[in-house]
Amino acid sequence: MAAPSASSPAARNGASDTTAARDPLIIGDLTLSSRVLLGTSGYPNPQVMLDAMEASGTELVTVAIRRVNVRDQSEESMLELLQRHGYQLLPNTAGCYTAREAVLVAQLAREALDTDYVKLEVIGDDETLIPDVEQLLKAAKTLVDDGFQVLAYANDDPITCQKLAGMGCAAVMPLGSPIGSGMGLVNPYNLRLIRELITDTPLLVDAGIGTASDAAMAMELGYDGVLLNTAVSKAKHPVAMAQAIRHAVKAGRLAHTAGRIPRRLYADASSPETGRVGT
Amino acid sequence: MSVSEAEIALTLNGDPTALPEGATVADALRAEGIDPEDAPGIAVAVNAEVVRKEAWTTRSLDAGDDVEIVTASQGG
Repeated sequence: MAAPSASSPAARNGASDTTAARDPLIIGDLTLSSRVLLGTSGYPNPQVMLDAMEASGTELVTVAIRRVNVRDQSEESMLELLQRHGYQLLPNTAGCYTAREAVLVAQLAREALDTDYVKLEVIGDDETLIPDVEQLLKAAKTLVDDGFQVLAYANDDPITCQKLAGMGCAAVMPLGSPIGSGMGLVNPYNLRLIRELITDTPLLVDAGIGTASDAAMAMELGYDGVLLNTAVSKAKHPVAMAQAIRHAVKAGRLAHTAGRIPRRLYADASSPETGRVGT
Repeated sequence: MSVSEAEIALTLNGDPTALPEGATVADALRAEGIDPEDAPGIAVAVNAEVVRKEAWTTRSLDAGDDVEIVTASQGG
């Protein structure tokens, strides 16, 4: 991918936030100063989308690959709009049910956008949009072998995630809860296990984030970043929510690196026991 | 759709389409209103195989081919 331009989100982040610049998110050979990956779908209009992206601090945004629409060529200007504002694009394979479909869409994305990066999504049904593990693993293996940098959207299953990391995915992205549900992190225990088992591959929570605290929790669990869309695009005020997510991710990351105190069943007085009045 | 002898019937982005015999991928792009010489962000697959940009003018199409022309769109 091309180096960020002077007007890029990375430059803006660097100017306003030296902490982020010192603590980059590295995925493959991509270095990002923001740990927020944002989707581009469902905003009230393109300007709100751009404003939300800027407020979130994101540098890498997801796009879908779809048939060109002869009657409406505005999608092409959407692509130009994103590139003109310096965003790096992460094509997804959304809507694919089989490894075969997902591999073809990834190859089309590489040709269309000149990128080896792909958010691999192979879903099992359209009610839950939960990944089909068998097809996901098959597609991931094919794409990794074909030189792709695969960011795999995965079930929150430690074994599946370990297999994806083991086969060389650039990042593994277990779901917090189903796509667009806004249910947050429904199985933090599994997410924690996944983080403890996978230490040498970036992990992001992808899907299910409903609000800022969900993003903060993902980061406190030791995740390297979050990928979200609906929580921002469908918020009452998308730009404000994008800003909230940016702060939450930063706070969660700081809290994780600071190291939380262990939970204990009983109280432990903060004030000194000695010198109490009346003793 | 009627197909004359000098035409081939194929599927273009899911729609039945007739193109002149000997048509290439570049002709299919023109049929969709896209200039193959200036098509940033566009990719093509024929029968589920990507046809690289360099081959658009030379890859000829056969009757029954399934042509997909795609680009990036909003997504999560």
